Amino acid sequence: MSGISIGVLAVQGDVAENIMATKMALEELGLEGIVNEVNTPEQISDLDGLIIPGGESTVIGTLSMVNGSLKKIKEKIAGGMPVFGICAGMILLSKKAKDRVIGEMDQPLLDYLDVKIERNAFGRQKDSFESEISIDKICISKFPGVFIRAPSILETGKNVEVLSKFNEKIIAVKQGNVVGTSFHPELTGDLSLHKYFVNLIKAKH
Amino acid sequence: MIPLSGDLGNSKGVVRENVGSFSTTRGTSTLKRGFAHMLKNGVVMDVTTVEQAQIAEEAGAVAVMVLDKLPSDVRKAGGVARTASIRIIQEIMDSVTIPVMAKCRIGHVYEAMVLQETNVDMIDESEVLTPADENHHIWKWDFTTPFVNGARNLGEALRRIEEGAAMIRTKGEPGTGNVAEAVIHIKNVNTELRRIKSIYDAGDEQDLISVARELKVSYSILEETASLGRLPVVNFAAGGISTPADAAYLMTLGCDGVFVGSGIFKADDAKERAQAIVLATTFWEDPDKVKEAQKMIDERQSMLGLDVKNLDLRMQERGSTA
Repeated sequence: MSGISIGVLAVQGDVAENIMATKMALEELGLEGIVNEVNTPEQISDLDGLIIPGGESTVIGTLSMVNGSLKKIKEKIAGGMPVFGICAGMILLSKKAKDRVIGEMDQPLLDYLDVKIERNAFGRQKDSFESEISIDKICISKFPGVFIRAPSILETGKNVEVLSKFNEKIIAVKQGNVVGTSFHPELTGDLSLHKYFVNLIKAKH
Repeated sequence: MIPLSGDLGNSKGVVRENVGSFSTTRGTSTLKRGFAHMLKNGVVMDVTTVEQAQIAEEAGAVAVMVLDKLPSDVRKAGGVARTASIRIIQEIMDSVTIPVMAKCRIGHVYEAMVLQETNVDMIDESEVLTPADENHHIWKWDFTTPFVNGARNLGEALRRIEEGAAMIRTKGEPGTGNVAEAVIHIKNVNTELRRIKSIYDAGDEQDLISVARELKVSYSILEETASLGRLPVVNFAAGGISTPADAAYLMTLGCDGVFVGSGIFKADDAKERAQAIVLATTFWEDPDKVKEAQKMIDERQSMLGLDVKNLDLRMQERGSTA
């Protein structure tokens, strides 16, 4: 059996940083695998795992709908493919998103994570912050949280496991093989979340 | 991990505070530059009204830039161009979910301070407005809000980064509908990057120091940039972009995204053009998709544009020697 194939959805946002972090994670774990940019249904259909990176969720969603990528990702999630959604990526994976100021949103979503998300939950860019957080549920006791115009999760359904909180706000969740975080591990030098995700793909592979 | 070359570390703009049981830090280079990384492969659109901002958001803009007048109108109006009305900036912030940026005059510390207090997501210290200080740009490390600056070459770009800019854009020649100057500026930066990379690869520190002196930048930022072979911050194209093909062309030259000024809302088909430029920027590697995007616009509706040779005012020269 050859190595695992991991894609980073390359529509808009910080794609390159996630490719680099995932490659380094594979290397540190000593696993065989390839990491590629993907943005067509054909490329997505061959994947073992997908990362939806940070960026603007409205832009990534709308443009992924244009060429059928969104539909293909939905199918792959239904088939059990692990997906890691970061910030905008987590918003895209959710069933419901609203903006802190604007309110209810009508934006294209993958409609999988049974959570209600508040966009820009911590405020605008000036309020973006770094803070050390813990994700004890998956054995990461200390992690450098980088929150950029970050969303948080207001409500979770019964199949959703809460992985981490910042004060009372939910900032990381898992449902089946889908993981979402409010913060950006790819902007830090800490590979533990990318390694966790690679192991999730490996276990499923 | 993102490059933090030139980071000053503990500057005035970095704020530490306790939130509940957590200690937090705001205004770091990771947060400022990281914000710019989230805009990559996107289009930032100049807007002057709420209505334009909403059209931009619906078309798939990754952020909007608020101005009092579009650059081509600034050119026509003459006089002093200043930062936009705060009331309009706030109305736009209350009506779109994407980031909202605004321009301040080069060197005008207090226009920038006012924009930071208004809570815009990024400040553009811009040559489109009339400079307040031709000799000094704003010391951007004093701010928690990130800045983007224009540059025509590597020296300007690195000097702005050393002053605290979290993002760079080419200057181009704003308000002309003519992409020629933006092309020259990005090619200048690329050529100079290749030059310092080859010096770095050859291990010639003496030559690298002489380049640092020539560009009036520190040795450390030059060395780190040379080792990366690219700017240590996100670099967008700007100035004169009017069509989807313009945007796609600049992406092929290695830009991380584009700013579109007068090109959209000075055209007669703003809505379609905004969408088309977003599509071309996203899928620039696929000529067929760029053709489809170009098909969405009508050249007869493009802004007329100006030949750069005949201009009385060359905005790109503002603040370039500092």
